[in-house]
Amino acid sequence: MSRLRDLYFTFMRIGGLTFGGGLSMLPMLKYELVEKKGWVSEEELLDCYAIGQCTPGIIAVNTATYVGYKKRGVIGGIAATLGMITPSIVIITAVAAFLAQFMDNPWLQHALMGVRAVVCALMLNTVITLARKSLVSLVSAVICLIAFLLAMFTPIPLVVIVILAGVAGIFMEILRAGKMGKED
Amino acid sequence: MEYLILFWEFFKIGLFAVGGGPATIPYLMKLPETYDWFTMEELTSMIAISESTPGPLGLNMATYAGFSALGVGGGLVASIGLVFPSVVVITLIAKFLTNFSENTYVKAAFGGIRPAVTALIAVAVYSLCRVSLFREVGGQWVPAGKTIVLTIILFLLMNVKALKKLHPAFWILLAAIIGIVFRF
Repeated sequence: MSRLRDLYFTFMRIGGLTFGGGLSMLPMLKYELVEKKGWVSEEELLDCYAIGQCTPGIIAVNTATYVGYKKRGVIGGIAATLGMITPSIVIITAVAAFLAQFMDNPWLQHALMGVRAVVCALMLNTVITLARKSLVSLVSAVICLIAFLLAMFTPIPLVVIVILAGVAGIFMEILRAGKMGKED
Repeated sequence: MEYLILFWEFFKIGLFAVGGGPATIPYLMKLPETYDWFTMEELTSMIAISESTPGPLGLNMATYAGFSALGVGGGLVASIGLVFPSVVVITLIAKFLTNFSENTYVKAAFGGIRPAVTALIAVAVYSLCRVSLFREVGGQWVPAGKTIVLTIILFLLMNVKALKKLHPAFWILLAAIIGIVFRF
């Protein structure tokens, strides 16, 4: 029981003290899980990130589930995940409820209009960073272009585009392996 | 019933948002087409607030979107819906698959999915910038001059080498102050 409580509160602290999630969370995870608690080794933590990048969902949550499961089974995974999501739920609910009260305030309206500009700039930056990381070959650039055109100009659901891209990736791998087999 | 729909929508987002926070934005943007939970304009403020509060970005946005839709309970339901697929998938991987991320076909599939997700986010950012930087006046899109100028200035500043390390929250706060001072 105390182990479960420990898992919950450790991940609650990590969730409540990091901004942004994803890679920006790694130093905090390393400090809490590797150095302080010794629950996982640094290699395991990096593996976890590798798994997090090729599974659905938020990477921080995936890491919490994985470490919790390794420590205490299914219930441990759930405890760690609940810990990770608690600060978000509490803080965002409080902020959203507060802002909803003052939505008619002209100062807040001006501030939010200014914020629109910065969100555009931040999101443009995100796209550039992601493109640098994910467009690593001609094939990936072609997949990106096709997915862009489909999402922009057709009503095909996004989920279908993601699945098709996964199938295309596997198909290219089979083609590549086949070609190598022939050459042998 | 409304809660069930909310849960299902965020369950789907959790299942298909590969790569964490920013990957949820394309799906969130599709929601106003079907539901009256929030508008595209409100989504911009949600992104800004989620970036400048603790916790993973994707989780914060899910809580915020759920809160806008159905209040406090909605925030809770949306967050749990978002993490549910992660918990199931990661538990199964931790239990049955060792070396999951080393598997050739898993790698190939995600090699296809990642560039596609970049494309989906690029499309989302395009739509987001359009509603932020242009105003619809009598069926026509008119550029919002001040916002466009501020976006360009902030984007350039963010990419100055000495300023790259600054946290997004700094830029968001700066833009909010500029918005108030210059009456955006």
